Amino acid sequence: MPLLEDGRIVDDPWVTVADDAPLPEAPTILPLARLQREAAALAGRNGPLGVALPPDVAPEAIAPLLGRLALVELTLPSFRDGRAFTQARALREHHGYTGEIRVGGHVIPDQYLALLRCGASTVVVPEGADPAVWDAARRVIGIAYQHSAAPGHPLSLLRRKLEVA
Amino acid sequence: MNVIASRPAPQYPPHARTYRYDEIDREFLAERIAEFSDQVARRLRGELTEDEFKPLRLMNGLYLQLHAYMLRIAIPYGLLNATQLRQLALIARRWDRGFGHFTTRQNIQFNWTKLEDVPDILRALAEVDMHAIQTSGNCIRNVTTDEYAGATPDEVVDPRVYAEILRQWSTLHPEFTWLPRKFKIAITGSPNDRVAAQVHDIGVLAKRNVAGAMGFEVHAGGGLGRTPLIGRKLRDWVPEDEFLGYMEAVLRVYNALGQRDNIYKARIKILVRDLGDAFVEMVEREYATMPRDPYRLDPAIVAAIAAHFAPPPFAALNDIAPPEDPEFAAWASRSVRPHRQPGYASVTISLKPVGGIPGDASADQMEVVAALAERHSFGEIRVSHVQNLVLPHVRQDELFAVWQGLRAAGLATPNIGLISDIIACPGMDYCALATARSIPVAQRISERFADLDRQLDLGECFVNISGCINACGHHHVGHIGILGVDKRGEEVYQVTLGGSATNDAAVGELVGPAFSYDDIVDAIETIIRTHVAHRALGERFIDTYRRIGLTPFKEALYAAA
Ligand code: SF4
Repeated sequence: MPLLEDGRIVDDPWVTVADDAPLPEAPTILPLARLQREAAALAGRNGPLGVALPPDVAPEAIAPLLGRLALVELTLPSFRDGRAFTQARALREHHGYTGEIRVGGHVIPDQYLALLRCGASTVVVPEGADPAVWDAARRVIGIAYQHSAAPGHPLSLLRRKLEVA
Repeated sequence: MNVIASRPAPQYPPHARTYRYDEIDREFLAERIAEFSDQVARRLRGELTEDEFKPLRLMNGLYLQLHAYMLRIAIPYGLLNATQLRQLALIARRWDRGFGHFTTRQNIQFNWTKLEDVPDILRALAEVDMHAIQTSGNCIRNVTTDEYAGATPDEVVDPRVYAEILRQWSTLHPEFTWLPRKFKIAITGSPNDRVAAQVHDIGVLAKRNVAGAMGFEVHAGGGLGRTPLIGRKLRDWVPEDEFLGYMEAVLRVYNALGQRDNIYKARIKILVRDLGDAFVEMVEREYATMPRDPYRLDPAIVAAIAAHFAPPPFAALNDIAPPEDPEFAAWASRSVRPHRQPGYASVTISLKPVGGIPGDASADQMEVVAALAERHSFGEIRVSHVQNLVLPHVRQDELFAVWQGLRAAGLATPNIGLISDIIACPGMDYCALATARSIPVAQRISERFADLDRQLDLGECFVNISGCINACGHHHVGHIGILGVDKRGEEVYQVTLGGSATNDAAVGELVGPAFSYDDIVDAIETIIRTHVAHRALGERFIDTYRRIGLTPFKEALYAAA
């Protein structure tokens, strides 16, 4: 499915690998269980690694491995389920994670800006999605009243203008 | 949209102490309306499913009710100025049926709006710095506070300052807009709790320590609804500059762990109840590990916001004796309340006339109140959490004139705090979730007890009515609580006794089997007669109940059966 970054569709070099499939050379997103199980063996691997973190697992669970991870993928099982917002913010704030935070699942454009402000980098959008709609959604509100965990959004309490790249 | 961004600031009554928007606040509101208009357009083009559109419209205050769309407008912590109230009157006339309905959340609802009119209504609201943001949806709702803030003698800290800080902080909060369920915060700055802090998702008591420093006592996990619970104290003291950081920590634990698979277990109260002390520890751990600096509440920000709520220019007066007019005196005994400033008083305006709909006000009445506020209360009005209005700062030597003005508009019912000052939710008359009517029950009770002398003799008694288990009418915390339920297609009413929403918060006890729609008023009559038969001199209903317990009431109610 298409990947959105900074309001544009971008190439996605990452492949998602099932629990028992052989690891490719390409950047690879692993299920959490496999990452944990094979952590020692994976330490020798050169290619970039990522993990799919389920909504009910706190980022704390992968804290020791974050140094090895170039990507953490979060999921909204339904667009109403906002746990990923807290996971993203925790990754950035508690763990100082600077790699890619990708959000998949059922995301709607109206959530894009908030996801970015919680520290997300990219969003997996539905096949055929119009990137213009997503790009507009991240620009529609240019003012915020809170601190943001996004690297490009140096906000503080209580109110600042947002700058969209 | 630029039209709104560049429109002139509204002309407010010069001394009204409501938060005044600046350019940035106005720009934000214009952007938000543009966003919602776009969402409506995308829905119409089919780019958003109804399932996806619903929470977006709810977060802009728009509900689909039984007969029409209902628009719920935020009145931040119940504060209005005369200009804003006049605009609400205009909206009532132009886009509703000439009425508005004030709610227990200090908001106003218009029950007869049309979807296509909503963008225009939102623009009319924006003209006076008002909106409908986050009056619904699984987000942080309008913060509520003491309707006598800045006026009451028992106030230690002005809660409006921190309510406004909470309002800004929670507005479109990126992390807390898709919570497991709605989230309600109440804050008080008085040791006498008038905001029902202990039955809110978060209840805050702002206070000072012996050194004079500002801080907050924080409770969480209270709530009504299907599972009524009294909140748990999380912290006795959160220093002022850590206030928002600590709030973030509570919300984060809830957002991560609150139940999402069962709507009836999704409120924070269930999480707090189930985790107990562990919840408090998790919040503390979250707070201890999060970076403090970005969330620090700068004293300069507090001072800037506090400036909006500086006392109005009171005249130097002395307290005076009220005029000797029996009818005025009867009204004043219920509606006039002491003020911190000598020579002034606060006036509570009853929106509960005999046989009326609790909380309803006509456009004409809103204009009368706006005019009285302008002349006699520095242009300020409050909405109370029991669905009445308040003129917070009235000179004592002008009380008589205020009373005459109110009386001419049918707004001088002298029943504040009495048995006919009923809280009732909209129930079956409007609400799609209702299982029974509640408005007509309130009307019939107020008619039964219409005799003012009898009401005054009974003294303080709170009757709260909900039309379903969701408890919007706060029936659990009424001295007498009435809950309408559906029993095999028939509306029946369960009665609870002994509830309270103040410092001694308690959930009422079920008295026994439910009563039919026809019998419910007689049942209330029997309860009151039992109270009168057992009461000590001048004893309130709630105190009699606490002394003698449920049994005498049970016996009186079910003796015949
Ligand atoms: S208590 Fe029930 S009937 Fe009354 S307003 Fe709430 S949801 Fe509707």
